[in-house]
Amino acid sequence: MALIEPFAGHTPMQAQRFSPYSDNGGTIVAIAGEDFAVIGSDTRLTVGYSINTREQSKLFRLSDKTVLASCGCWCDVLTLTRVLNARLQMYNHEHQKEMNTPAVAQLLSTMLYYKRFFPYYVSNLLAGLDAEGKGAVYHYDPVGHYERNQYYAGGSSSALLQPFLDNQVGKKNMNGVVQEPITRERAVAIVKDAFISAAEREIHTGDAIIINIIDKTGVKEERFALRKD
Amino acid sequence: MASVLCPEFTAPGFSFENHQRNAFLAKKGFPAPKATKTGTTIVGAVFRDGVVLGADTRATEDTIVASKNCQKIHYMAPNMYCCGAGTAADTEFTTASISSQLELHRLNTGRVVPVVTANMMLRQMLFRYQGHIGAALILGGVDNAGPHLYNIYPHGSSDNLPYCTMGSGSLGAMAVFESRWKPNMSEEEAKQLVRDAVAAGVFNDLASGNNIDLCVIRKGAVDFLRPYQVANEKGQRINSYKYKKGTTVVLNQRVIPIQVEEEIVRKVPAPDAEESMDTS
Amino acid sequence: MSIMEYNGGCVLSMMGKDCVAIASDLRFGVQGMTVATNYEKVFEIGPQLYVGLPGLATDTESVLQRLKLRVNLYELKEGRRMQPAVLTSMIANMLYERRFGPYFVEPVIAGFDTKKQQPYLASMDLIGCVTATDEFALAGTCGEQMYGMSEALWQPDLNADELFECISQAMMNAFDRDAVSGMGAIVHIIEKDKVTTRRIKTRMD
Repeated sequence: MALIEPFAGHTPMQAQRFSPYSDNGGTIVAIAGEDFAVIGSDTRLTVGYSINTREQSKLFRLSDKTVLASCGCWCDVLTLTRVLNARLQMYNHEHQKEMNTPAVAQLLSTMLYYKRFFPYYVSNLLAGLDAEGKGAVYHYDPVGHYERNQYYAGGSSSALLQPFLDNQVGKKNMNGVVQEPITRERAVAIVKDAFISAAEREIHTGDAIIINIIDKTGVKEERFALRKD
Repeated sequence: MASVLCPEFTAPGFSFENHQRNAFLAKKGFPAPKATKTGTTIVGAVFRDGVVLGADTRATEDTIVASKNCQKIHYMAPNMYCCGAGTAADTEFTTASISSQLELHRLNTGRVVPVVTANMMLRQMLFRYQGHIGAALILGGVDNAGPHLYNIYPHGSSDNLPYCTMGSGSLGAMAVFESRWKPNMSEEEAKQLVRDAVAAGVFNDLASGNNIDLCVIRKGAVDFLRPYQVANEKGQRINSYKYKKGTTVVLNQRVIPIQVEEEIVRKVPAPDAEESMDTS
Repeated sequence: MSIMEYNGGCVLSMMGKDCVAIASDLRFGVQGMTVATNYEKVFEIGPQLYVGLPGLATDTESVLQRLKLRVNLYELKEGRRMQPAVLTSMIANMLYERRFGPYFVEPVIAGFDTKKQQPYLASMDLIGCVTATDEFALAGTCGEQMYGMSEALWQPDLNADELFECISQAMMNAFDRDAVSGMGAIVHIIEKDKVTTRRIKTRMD
């Protein structure tokens, strides 16, 4: 018998692997109406149990009728949005017009899939008006799968908010409720209430929310305070 | 004697009957789930006539708030309280068990239990379990020798300090103490300082939050202030989400009536606030 | 995957005005496969005392059997019904005894305290850390979804009918976003003079 037995829980020393991603939290929500779209994000940026900043909007205004909400690994968000803005500017110069929302949606998908094997660690929501002027919300997975929805929640509190949107916007599981188009006031109120609930129970969500309301006249911005602990 | 068919009395101490099964499951790729952590800022500071303990009231399960108003300042003895950080159940049961032993000790000896006794009992218990009981404690109290404050780590080591902090928010809280604590503070000064220390944890550490509890222990009197301050008001929702009756489809329904056989109404006298604590 | 998600299932409980509701889904599965759709996770311990035991199904049943034994012995010895707070400490002590080899259940206790004449609600983690509350308590695989729903829908002083709609909608919409919970639900509303049990219609996929 060897004099020194290896410790039962012992594993041989391994080289530290490169970990390029960090999770900076944040929550994003979007709702599409008949002739408008509402998109919101919280303003807290975190790493682990610490707050990096309480004042970082996760909304990116791409044009007069398209807004992108993006969260996850913040350095990826910054790179992705910078490249995306450059692509949109190139399109502007080439075609002498702004890219419409469905085209931006497709462009974003292509850009994400281009990094299929070293993806941007980002959760994206795109809101705007489509070619007919109807509200549109697109949501993405990190590698470019995308889908058009009426509403969606992404980011660290998405699990808390998605069933609430299913119920209050999608009118799921409700007997005797007539499906009627959601009003702008109600959409904004639901986004606010959703974030208030998320801030109560999810530690990475809080401080404030920024809401952008997109319609044919342009983009309006609203701010709303959340709890700060 | 306890039989297999009717095991009325279980053996004292922890039971390891599920351990082998759980270890097997862990080997098969089902690791044991995480228990609730306090994710805490707990602090304590000595002032001129006693000790002030402070704590936040948030308990977390990973990134979700499991409890918004949990009590982290535990009763130990009439002259002693103990803040707990770490695994919530461990802090709860460790302090309760030692508290019960302290009461027996008090009845046996007939005098105020010294704080150092509680400190030693907690350390011996925690050391026996080699850190597997995840309780990080701040023990504060006043006995015949004056105010005492102890920091106790999960492995059973301990410090005797004039001010200390523990938990995930301890760095922020310690920053406040290091810049502002001084000897012989007045009670009001000490309360404000302890509040500010806990608030530093509440606002800068994500795992700490909600309310701030304080406990002021002086010779012969204890003020347990819960909550001392609601650090964050709950957000006010814009809509009310009451549903119309019949929104949910019911498949079948069964009503079991409960016969109320007797109702006794008794007048309970209000607890006497003037009841003095025996610290002779 | 965590062992807590092996069989799936969830329990939600909410406090109302002079009433308390407790609900569970009805799915029993083995990982992705649904085995049964009539598996209740809320059990009657006394006339106005219910306990929800979501988690690993084998432990749900072991804990329930142990609990029944202890409750029966208590009631024989004391000659009176067990109060909800007593049951809570009993379960907490039972679970903490197994601190280093736990049962994989997260109990939720809802009942009516017949002495204080008020509803009682508490929940705990798998090693017995009790959280008594006068809002809502929950446990199970779609915990995050239920927290989101309950935090938005619940408000104080709902009457028994409003509470039923609130808890049903919160639970249904939550487990529709969880693959291993759902397949029907059962809701108990505990009041001073009656207990109403309803099965509700939900998505079955």
